[in-house]
Amino acid sequence: MSDEAARTYLPRGLPIPVAEADGLSAPYWQGLRQNRLLVQRCRHCGTWQFGPEWTCHQCHAFDPDWTEIEPHGRIFSWERVWHPSHAALRQHGPYLAVLVEIPHAGGVRMVGNLLGDPAQVVSIGAAVDGVFEHHPHPERPYSLLHWRLSSARGRETRASKRS
Amino acid sequence: MAIADRTLRGRVAVVGIGETDYYRHGASPDPEFKLALKAIMAACSDAGIDPRDIDGFAAYSEERSEASRLAAALGTRRLRAATMQWGGGGGGCCAAVANAAASIVAGLADCVVVFRSLAQGQYGRFGQTTGIDTISGEKAYLMPYGVLAPPQRFAMRVRRYMHEHGVGQDALRAIALASYHHAQANPRAVMYGKPLDAAKYEASRWIAEPFHLYDCCMENDGAAALVLVPAERAGEFRNKPAYVLGAAVGSGYRAGAIPHNSPHYASAGFETVAADLYAMAGLGPSDVGVVQCYENFTGGVVMALAEHGFFAPEEANDYLAFDNLVAPSGRLPLNTSGGNLAECYMHGFELLLEAVRQVRGTSTSQARRNDVAMVIGGPMVTPVSNLLLGSEATL
Repeated sequence: MSDEAARTYLPRGLPIPVAEADGLSAPYWQGLRQNRLLVQRCRHCGTWQFGPEWTCHQCHAFDPDWTEIEPHGRIFSWERVWHPSHAALRQHGPYLAVLVEIPHAGGVRMVGNLLGDPAQVVSIGAAVDGVFEHHPHPERPYSLLHWRLSSARGRETRASKRS
Repeated sequence: MAIADRTLRGRVAVVGIGETDYYRHGASPDPEFKLALKAIMAACSDAGIDPRDIDGFAAYSEERSEASRLAAALGTRRLRAATMQWGGGGGGCCAAVANAAASIVAGLADCVVVFRSLAQGQYGRFGQTTGIDTISGEKAYLMPYGVLAPPQRFAMRVRRYMHEHGVGQDALRAIALASYHHAQANPRAVMYGKPLDAAKYEASRWIAEPFHLYDCCMENDGAAALVLVPAERAGEFRNKPAYVLGAAVGSGYRAGAIPHNSPHYASAGFETVAADLYAMAGLGPSDVGVVQCYENFTGGVVMALAEHGFFAPEEANDYLAFDNLVAPSGRLPLNTSGGNLAECYMHGFELLLEAVRQVRGTSTSQARRNDVAMVIGGPMVTPVSNLLLGSEATL
């Protein structure tokens, strides 16, 4: 993780994610800082839920539990972004964003960047593993969750996450 | 009363339309509120109505030109309705008309102006996100990954749709070419005199794959408005009325589940809304002669047209050919003013005005079949909305 901690996938200066004033997503963001991926799961009916809400959308029980899951999934969709929509991205060049589906958590989806060559061919359905990226910002430290194709480095990623 | 007995069909009519000059973003000499006043006065003038007799205002998408200020500025004698559609950006363009129509049918108002004003030079562009320090809610799951502005927020949805149904890039291209083709006949269009052909489309830069530059709407300054009255008053005005045949608003199951967690992800969001529209109007896709479909991005148009039953998703590559989409005699003339891509990104409201022109028979790209004109607002957002307008003969 050390080389990844030093260099981020996208340049610094993009908006910093923070929990809402009411704290709804705070456990998720705190989890990422500890290399843990947390999503909601209803303790009454077992329904998985992400993004978070104050109720389970299936049975309407309040305050679904936050549950840690393994950060593995499949690419559900993707995009290669060329146009810089933020000053921090000018002169940066293309980058890849992916929508990852997590089958072992009810198929919830999350957006991240796909690490590696931004010109790579991306296949919907490809297996990916999560890679935590830590931003040691002086006032507002935060962490992101990126993805990497499982084929080559999957086992290594899992091992480093557990260490 | 059962829902089928409660209807807007034939109960209200558009009797006036008006717009300002349309500008590139930042190029308007007028501030946003002044643009709103100009468009509203133009619509009243078109109808032949004193602006003081307007008794309601309806808008959408966080419209800043607020009803009470408008009423004070215009000397409105009696304000009776002030409705604002929640959320969904341009997805509210038809909903604003539906809300105004509902106000009239319910007896809350008699003469409602529906409008949108937008000066991106004054208030900032949708396509640039610089200046945000921290972010919460849906965008917190997206922006730190460079999924910032609308092209990036919708490209993955379109990519998934193309994957599921085998839709090719040429289908997107045909939509862009049709809009630009129609804009060349429309002197109001920002892209008037700036034609697009297949080679220029293919050579244009990627914004976010699968969107080339020409798959993306413009960003503009301007305002547009229409005047809505009860059907029984439609004969008092100078123009041929365009009657509301149906309208619908909404979205399917959990369409608003963030981030990108709607169960039916590869969708424009009309699976329930299209059915409601046709049910109210008592019409089907084969009755529709001409369509104005909100192009935030061409890929959303593909989905929205399929969800309105004009073709099955698997037929998109064949159906969405340039010749099929152009007035006067294509199978389905589409975005006949140039729309958001090439007339003006008036947040879809220019599409409403164009549908009225089609019913009147005064479009610069008139469709041969113009008795029933459809408007589709805001694919891929929630809530979305749609509208059917028709001539007196369709009542």
